[in-house]
Amino acid sequence: MVAVPLVRVAGLVRVFGAQRVLDGVDLDVSAGEAVALLGGNGAGKTTLLKIIATLLRPTRGTTTVAGLDCVRQAEAVRAMLGVVAHGNYVYEELTARENLAFWLRLAGHPAARDRLDAALAEVELDRHADARVRTFSAGMRRRLSLARLTLARPRVLLLDEPFAGLDQRARKWLEGRLEAYKADGGALIMATHSFGRELGIADRLAVLAGGRVALDTPRAGLDQQDVQRLYLAHTEEAS
Amino acid sequence: MTYARRALTVAWKDLLVERRSKETLNALLFFSLALLFVFQFALGPDRERLAAVLPGLLWLGFILAAVLGLGRAFFVEHENDCWEALLLTPGDKSAIYLGKLAGSLALMAVVESLVLGLFVVFFNVDLTGAVAGLVLVMALGTLGIAAVGTLFAAITAQARARELLFPVLLLPVLVPVLLGTVKATEAVLLRAPLGDVAHWLKLLVAADVIYVVAGLLTFDFILEG
Repeated sequence: MVAVPLVRVAGLVRVFGAQRVLDGVDLDVSAGEAVALLGGNGAGKTTLLKIIATLLRPTRGTTTVAGLDCVRQAEAVRAMLGVVAHGNYVYEELTARENLAFWLRLAGHPAARDRLDAALAEVELDRHADARVRTFSAGMRRRLSLARLTLARPRVLLLDEPFAGLDQRARKWLEGRLEAYKADGGALIMATHSFGRELGIADRLAVLAGGRVALDTPRAGLDQQDVQRLYLAHTEEAS
Repeated sequence: MTYARRALTVAWKDLLVERRSKETLNALLFFSLALLFVFQFALGPDRERLAAVLPGLLWLGFILAAVLGLGRAFFVEHENDCWEALLLTPGDKSAIYLGKLAGSLALMAVVESLVLGLFVVFFNVDLTGAVAGLVLVMALGTLGIAAVGTLFAAITAQARARELLFPVLLLPVLVPVLLGTVKATEAVLLRAPLGDVAHWLKLLVAADVIYVVAGLLTFDFILEG
């Protein structure tokens, strides 16, 4: 039996003014699979993630999550997504606990204090639960953003540079969480500039260049140098 | 119930952020004080002249404070891309509008109470027997201003020239509210029975209903951009 992809991107085109950022992107991600999106600055990684996240409309092409169209059935798709973006989605004047409580309640879920504290403890922010986010470092903000995801339990994770700003300990924790998430059947798409050990959680590498997926290959068997060589070969070819 | 709880959550967040940052409240209070000082200087001690222009001045103060305050209603959502997260949150987006409106109303109520208090002190206004009527007119007028102001703040939040665009869009739409509030306030301050200005009060109620319903029905599209 052929596994139906949880995320399917077909013929995706996105134009900003005169610039064709995505020009026919095709990408499938199955349940329990992680894909690392690689590409230079402006290659369209964030644009692709935003279209799958229903935050941007494609100019042409289709994107589906669990068979639901990301444009026509955006509300249903959103209920299945967890997103970590550059901004982390935090309010500076609220405390860490208040931020989590706000997003949980807005999604219609109860925000019991012990549940919030457990999520904060998991990302080692329990000692900062009552501190305002404006006093947090970039890494702490990123960890708070990840704590929000642990409460939501989405089916698909869209991560834009998830390891940015994290120290070694937090990176290790996140790698473990993402591996567990995959094992539970979640699908994961991660945009990154890094060729380091965080690529270890990826089952496949997709290199975006020239508005298309220039390379889509299994990661197994590739070391850091192989990835760098493949990346450079395909991005230079496209440019 | 969940809908109301979600709206309250947004209002709670906005008020908590404002209570801690005091950015909008401080700006509005200094602005109101400056405005009153200019009015006092321009009008002098002439009581008759003052009585004739007081309702207009009062609402001019309220509306200018609202333009400043409501224009900032969505600034906090642009910090750290929270606008995106609001969009990603499942559920009826009009609850977010309702919460934003409630937060704006609470903020405006605080500012208007203080401005009114300062008017009473600066211009030696006697409000005996007029308080209930004035509160009614202020409540109706403020709801209309906040309803359409919150909606236009959301529309212009993503625009490059939002500071310019917001009052340009808002003020013409507020003409019925301004006419109704100024005329009704004039009657209240002259101790005329509210029945004499029932038509103005009906206009205010109609404007409030239209603006709130328009906000609830269109906010989803505005948030989606």
